[in-house]
Amino acid sequence: MDNTKKNWPLWEVFVRSKNGLEHRHFGSLHATDAEMALENARDVYTRRSEGVSIWVVESKNITASNPQNNGELFEPAQDKVYRHPTFYNLPDEVKHM
Amino acid sequence: MNENLYKYILGIADNSLILAQRLGELCGHGPSLETDIALTNISLDLLGQTRSYYQYAAKIVGEGKSEDDIAFLRIEREYKNVLLVEQPNTHFGYVMARQFLFDVYHHLLMEKLQNSSDENLAAVAKKGIKEVSYHKRFSSDWIKRLGDGTQESHLKMQEAIDDLWRFTDELFYMTEADIAIAKSEVGVDVSQLKDQYYKEVSQILEEATLAVPESKYFTKGGKEGIHTEHMGYILADLQYMQRTYPNMTW
Repeated sequence: MDNTKKNWPLWEVFVRSKNGLEHRHFGSLHATDAEMALENARDVYTRRSEGVSIWVVESKNITASNPQNNGELFEPAQDKVYRHPTFYNLPDEVKHM
Repeated sequence: MNENLYKYILGIADNSLILAQRLGELCGHGPSLETDIALTNISLDLLGQTRSYYQYAAKIVGEGKSEDDIAFLRIEREYKNVLLVEQPNTHFGYVMARQFLFDVYHHLLMEKLQNSSDENLAAVAKKGIKEVSYHKRFSSDWIKRLGDGTQESHLKMQEAIDDLWRFTDELFYMTEADIAIAKSEVGVDVSQLKDQYYKEVSQILEEATLAVPESKYFTKGGKEGIHTEHMGYILADLQYMQRTYPNMTW
């Protein structure tokens, strides 16, 4: 019984702050199910009108890369400047790139 | 000054003020961080509504009165909130039962008050109903979770509903001012909302596998200014700063 609170699963919260933008990771919270996670997310993360849409996903459903593998995963990309789109200018009208 | 309108507004506003104060007591003491923030949010919603009502009421009184005078400087008998909202936060089941029993009523009231011929009241109700819809969803969900949860949560939820049931009938009591204001198109005849209220409440309780109390013993008094023993302590907390440091501001 005294353990029930600790056992509430962890959820990750993604909020879209306005139409046209993508959902961004805002943080995490505890809830017993998806419905409660959504309500809690509304109260914890969007009470100052930060959002127009919320996604929640139980943290255990996220597969994360292992920091120990950072070498093989990310370093090979660092010396290949030709993969970066730095050789042309973005028009000023394009935002959020 | 329109004495009846003033009293009518207090009858609505004081419910929100006192319930906001009760919920505010839980700030930093909620059962989980998430619930704590949710309850404080509800408290602030109610406080916001209260301010709009009091600002309007202050205008009706005139004499240089402000919303703060109305909120902080009345004596107990002058507060017209129902007994339900002043009941203590005995345990989380009570907090949710009190909220739920009030929210269903509050929502029905806002639905009607939106159509008030008084544009100030209609505007507050139109803005408030979105908040109140959420309160009702939040508290109904918790009633269902706890009622249909573990054996212990079921017992505690039932205990709270049974205990607070006797305060529900007062929600539909009409004071003289209420009757006078309802006759014009300004006020809502809340006695007409009773059937719908008990229908909605019973439906949620059944979904929550809770028994709808059959007790026909009801108590009232708050709307006439006759409160339970809890009210004095609430006002002591609420009024302390203004009484000790008159006219202080943040």
